[in-house]
Amino acid sequence: MPSLEIRDLFVALAATPDKPIVKGLTLTILTGEVHAIMGPNGTGKSTLSKAIAGHPDYVITSGDVLLDGKSILEMEPDQRARAGIFLAFQYPSEIPGVTIANFVRAAVQARLAEGEDLDATAYYKRLYSKMDLLKIDRKFTSRSVNEGFSGGEKKRCEILQMAMLEPTFALMDETDSGLDIDALRIVAEGVEAMRGDKLGVMLITHYQRLLDYIVPDFVHVMYDGRIVKSGDKTLALELEAKGYDWVKQELAAATTA
Amino acid sequence: MSAPALFTTPAEGFTSARFAQHLSQRGYLPAWWLETKKAAWNQFLALPLPSRTDETWRFSNLKGLDLDGYHVPEEPSQQIPHHTDFPQAAEIVFSNRQVVARSTISAELAAKGVIFAPLDEALRNHGDLVRQYYQKHPTNLGSEKFVALNTALSVAGGFLYVPADVEIALPLVIQHTLSGNNVSMFPHTIVVLGPRAKATLVEFFISGGAESERQFVSGVNDLHASEGAQLTYVGAQNWSRATLAFQTNSIAVERDARVLSLNLHLGGRQSRHESHSRLLGPGAHSEMLALTVASGEREFDQRTLQTHIAPHTTSNLLYKNALLDSAKTIFSGLIIVEPDAQQTDAYQKNRNLMLSDTAEAHSLPGLEIQANDVKCSHGSTSARIDAEQEFYLQARGIKPVEARRLLVSAFFEEVLNKLDDENLHAALTGLIASQFKR
Ligand SMILES: Nc1ncnc2c1ncn2[C@@H]1O[C@H](COP(=O)(O)OP(=O)(O)OP(=O)(O)O)[C@@H](O)[C@H]1O
Ligand SMILES: [Mg+2]
Repeated sequence: MPSLEIRDLFVALAATPDKPIVKGLTLTILTGEVHAIMGPNGTGKSTLSKAIAGHPDYVITSGDVLLDGKSILEMEPDQRARAGIFLAFQYPSEIPGVTIANFVRAAVQARLAEGEDLDATAYYKRLYSKMDLLKIDRKFTSRSVNEGFSGGEKKRCEILQMAMLEPTFALMDETDSGLDIDALRIVAEGVEAMRGDKLGVMLITHYQRLLDYIVPDFVHVMYDGRIVKSGDKTLALELEAKGYDWVKQELAAATTA
Repeated sequence: MSAPALFTTPAEGFTSARFAQHLSQRGYLPAWWLETKKAAWNQFLALPLPSRTDETWRFSNLKGLDLDGYHVPEEPSQQIPHHTDFPQAAEIVFSNRQVVARSTISAELAAKGVIFAPLDEALRNHGDLVRQYYQKHPTNLGSEKFVALNTALSVAGGFLYVPADVEIALPLVIQHTLSGNNVSMFPHTIVVLGPRAKATLVEFFISGGAESERQFVSGVNDLHASEGAQLTYVGAQNWSRATLAFQTNSIAVERDARVLSLNLHLGGRQSRHESHSRLLGPGAHSEMLALTVASGEREFDQRTLQTHIAPHTTSNLLYKNALLDSAKTIFSGLIIVEPDAQQTDAYQKNRNLMLSDTAEAHSLPGLEIQANDVKCSHGSTSARIDAEQEFYLQARGIKPVEARRLLVSAFFEEVLNKLDDENLHAALTGLIASQFKR
């Protein structure tokens, strides 16, 4: 079964390699599983997901990330993506002058064999059907990527790209923030539809309500660059009720003991 | 002292013997033309090569201006790449200065008096008309020696004449291809639009052979828009990696006329483009556009002048360069507003997109305003390619070269969108894309 394995990972900013942000994080995700990651602001959740995707701002100073048992650390970001890793950005970039249609098309084309041409009619048919599903106006195809999009539109567009590219592992960084209740349900349904046993998800979120729609198999609490507590979906409810101080106190008690 | 160095290869190169031979083969052309050529040859000999002290050659690689050992081919090449696969009114294809393919304008246009012919033919059949416009407004921005050489040796090039009130919807196309090692070419194209006429002319300049073929080109064009005319001129060059190329562009815009010129620069070892717009009558407008993909170790040198002579005239220059590898671009532009040219609106902008830390972009914008009631602005910007955008594209599996192509296309879109003809737009996009295949 396909797996994404994060082994004792340390991540720092390329500019300050001696100051780790992610500090020894270990997690294995299998396809079919949804792992929710929750944790206070600034604990390194986005850093973790961007480092896995290969963002050049970050360096992995030790540890490893393995896709189906093989390290991906030597791979370029585009190779990692084509190997099946998808990062749904917390803050997607705006790219004026590149339309959604051309952008997604280039991404789909990149997955074809050398010399193989994209079937434009089939492509648009598929793109439109996914857009309809996600209730994105078809007019968006001719708009520049994320330019002038509302927060929620950007997030829906991330899911559209995910639906078109069919990754094996999705790292979804706060895809729920900025979504209204209806959009949240639409997006969650979109993810659920892809879930099956072919997709593994790392779902970074601050809100329990998303987990009502995308029910996680595991919930992990990340604090200060590490996973400090793991549990099932009830952990999220507990966090919602008690806040993070509870986890921090538990942690402090454990370390002084 | 540098001139004699040109004549080290007596059988080849631009020698007086070679010129005499060229002239002797063209006895069928009008006498004024042959006289013009003789004068130009003497001017070529008399003018020195550009030197360090020439302000008009600031930042240029003067060592690259080596004219030794080129010859003027008399035979067309077998390799003729075709870049003009879009709807067009007519086309002339030159290979090594010879017409190798040609489609003529419709009988309807011909009946209206439209002329679209190789320059050689136009000189024979419409000599007086050509004479009226030939270098009527020369572009004197530093390449006078190379322009003189063009006049002396030119054969290829086209003549487009569109009489008053005639509109040609589809573009007319001239393609120049040059193949062979050490070959040279001197195309000269003249476009004359009568009052209220409308037309689009597209010129392609392409090396047909191997990228390593050493070639020399000096091209000239004279664009003339009479009262109320609307002219679109597109010049696209994709010379070989070892080509030294000059192109000078003269744009004369009369009352209420409008000229849009767009030059696409892709190839060449060292290529210099000079463009001079003259706003001659009230209401005249010149839109001066250029796009450059500067890659490898190429040098692109662009010198421009917008001269506002009449009042109530406008001009807008937008030159965009995308720089990769260790390429170098030079933009030097000047706006001159003459004393009578009140109520001028003149803009000049050079924007550079840096895709490499070892590329070099020089920008020398300038203004010279002699009237008091004008709106002018000039400026240049250089920005590094946005790393977040690049990562975003790559995070979707798009390969780095393709990601860059998309970002460069996005950068160029503002300019390409000024073309009304979608097929032409697509053809240029395709040419640009070909620079990003590795
Ligand atoms: N590119 C960067 N430049 C400077 N600091 C950074 C950068 N990336 C991350 N950091 C710092 O690393 C820490 C972790 O940031 P990160 O964005 O990973 O947190 P997060 O857990 O995703 O927070 P949030 O819940 O607010 O999204 C923060 O202190 C942040 O300021
Ligand atoms: Mg974050």
